[in-house]
Amino acid sequence: MSATEARRAPAVIELANVSKAYRRYGGRHFATLKSALLQRSILRDLRPSEILPALKDVSFSVREGSTFGVVGRNGSGKSTTLKLVAGITKPTSGRVTVRGRISALIELGAGFHPEISGRENIFINGIMLGLTKREIQRRFDEIVDFAELREFIDAPVKTYSSGMYMRLGFSVAIHVDPEVLLVDEVLAVGDEGFTHKCLDKFGELKRRGKTILLVTHALGLVERFCDEAIWLEEGQKRAEGDPKRVVGAYITDVERQEEQFLAASDARTQHDVGAADRRPQGPVEAGDAATDMSRAAEGRWGSGDVEITDVRLENDQGQATHVFHTGEPMTVRIQVHARRPTRDFVFGVGLFNPEGVCIYGTNTDIEEHQGDTLEGTAEVTLVIEAIDLVEGTYKLDVAVHKRDGAPYDYHRLLYTFRVKSRLEDVGIYRPRHRWEFSGGVSFKRLV
Amino acid sequence: MWHNLARLGRYRGLIQSLVARELKARYRGSVLGFFWSFVNPLLLLLVYTFVFTYILPAKFMYPDGKTPIDHYALFLFCGLLPWTWFSSSLLEASGSLISGGNLIKKVLFPAEVLPIVSVLANMVHFFLGLLILAVFFVYYRHVPDLAGLFWFPVAVAIQLVFTLALALLLSALTVHFRDIRDLLANLLTFWFFATPIVYPYFLDTVSSFRWLFDYNPFFHLAASYQEILYFVGPVGHVRWLLALGVASAALFVFAYWVFDRLRDSFAEAV
Repeated sequence: MSATEARRAPAVIELANVSKAYRRYGGRHFATLKSALLQRSILRDLRPSEILPALKDVSFSVREGSTFGVVGRNGSGKSTTLKLVAGITKPTSGRVTVRGRISALIELGAGFHPEISGRENIFINGIMLGLTKREIQRRFDEIVDFAELREFIDAPVKTYSSGMYMRLGFSVAIHVDPEVLLVDEVLAVGDEGFTHKCLDKFGELKRRGKTILLVTHALGLVERFCDEAIWLEEGQKRAEGDPKRVVGAYITDVERQEEQFLAASDARTQHDVGAADRRPQGPVEAGDAATDMSRAAEGRWGSGDVEITDVRLENDQGQATHVFHTGEPMTVRIQVHARRPTRDFVFGVGLFNPEGVCIYGTNTDIEEHQGDTLEGTAEVTLVIEAIDLVEGTYKLDVAVHKRDGAPYDYHRLLYTFRVKSRLEDVGIYRPRHRWEFSGGVSFKRLV
Repeated sequence: MWHNLARLGRYRGLIQSLVARELKARYRGSVLGFFWSFVNPLLLLLVYTFVFTYILPAKFMYPDGKTPIDHYALFLFCGLLPWTWFSSSLLEASGSLISGGNLIKKVLFPAEVLPIVSVLANMVHFFLGLLILAVFFVYYRHVPDLAGLFWFPVAVAIQLVFTLALALLLSALTVHFRDIRDLLANLLTFWFFATPIVYPYFLDTVSSFRWLFDYNPFFHLAASYQEILYFVGPVGHVRWLLALGVASAALFVFAYWVFDRLRDSFAEAV
């Protein structure tokens, strides 16, 4: 259904100024009967002593037949929202209205009893989810086939692997034929194949005009799948509306926080290292670096005749940052100061992945820049046109040393940056590439 | 509260299948399986009979002081069976919300179903125990008074309401005060001996404290069962039994009220 149609449809889920505070009972004391009796505080102990706000004045409504995404960090109130909609907890204030039969894919197989068979569990779980015995009987084969558990259905559930357990839970929950489906991060269940089957099933429910409320960290899914989304932050609504826009705003914010975090931790290591003695060490060959680095910790050493005074990582707008998107340009700007003029100098940069593997190392000598003079203050810039790396946290070595390798100032792994990617590709290096297809091949489009 | 109480009827199917699950799961993997429901009370009975006929031979007399109580095992069984139902129900129910925490926290699930299932599953065991009792009746050629038997379902119903009330109350409070479970186990041992189950209620020693015994709700149940099933003659305890029925109903309403008040705290405190 198109977005405009969805907007006209009646609201199925409605949250009006909903706040939820979790109460902690008994505070720090152990709420034991003894203490309660001794202090005559039974009634007081049954009253909350500490309030932890989880949601603050959140309102939104989900139209019939639409798919609604909720994004946010851990602890932002996403799961609380889902529990409120499911009716598992009650709002502290505000109103939650839901019309129609709900099925919550929140905790799959929560009601399974390990000792009895999958078959019996399907019936009991189905009844818990509001089906009658006859309805389950009718859907039984479908449930078993979807869970791919035909051979194991009469074995006790305790013998199931966690994947089988989840699949069975998912299968029962989805076959309840809900009008409203609540999904909390369940696509992490099962293998690749099962995940696709789940997505197909969601697509089918969506086409059949069911309402879906989806809580997930898989932002791509929200963009592809949802008609509308909200972003929760510390229990408050930060953005609402078009999923692409909401997800975009959320990602930007996540990156801003990551940037702050990396900047702070970088400053801390640089401060710690700067405080330690600078011991002159033996010559470092550019080639040595790779073998050596995997064991290396952060450090700084050298004679100090030439000193690296500042290193900045910049994006294409010339702003200092620690977060880059894969394929974006990156500039490493190095400030140096020579205590006395020298003719023997080489600038080098090394790039390391989280496992400590050297992805790339180079210096001015290798790339045939013969040093001539270096005196006073200078700036050296390495421009990387596209940082073609997979998602991860990377570290930089920055050094200035003699041609024979004797260091003036060697900064090992002192600079951190993070590469973000929308894809989950793997490896060390991401070559520029594309796929091409011809002949009898085609690909499904989701939804 | 009344709304929730009315809704309870709709969970019949759920309660039914959970009780069935409870019974099935309990003996899964054991060799005797469901026979344990028969074997357990039988063994218990053997132990008590052995102790009170050989080690501590108790010659209990009827109030007239001349006729001894024969078939002690039979007498004992009439009180022991209901007591086992009562005490196991409470012990299981008191921990039921905690062990079923997953359901309460993660699924929209009516919490009161859990203690109710504990009580009902134990009631099924009680009924199975009655079959053994019937076998004993045949063996000893003991015929209970047929007119008195009319009161038997009444006593069972009253015990059910009474046990449900305590189960709801205890399960809700145990969520907040975990020590109730340990306390309860000891309290039940005391309660067992404070109730005329291994001894008849018309002993002289009991009679002198009769006013105190009258405060013990289970005394009236045990005495009723014994009068209905074991002792010959009319059931003289009916008034007490009915009074207990009324009190139990009131207690149930109160217990449900407490449970309902605390309901929203379960998902967070379990």
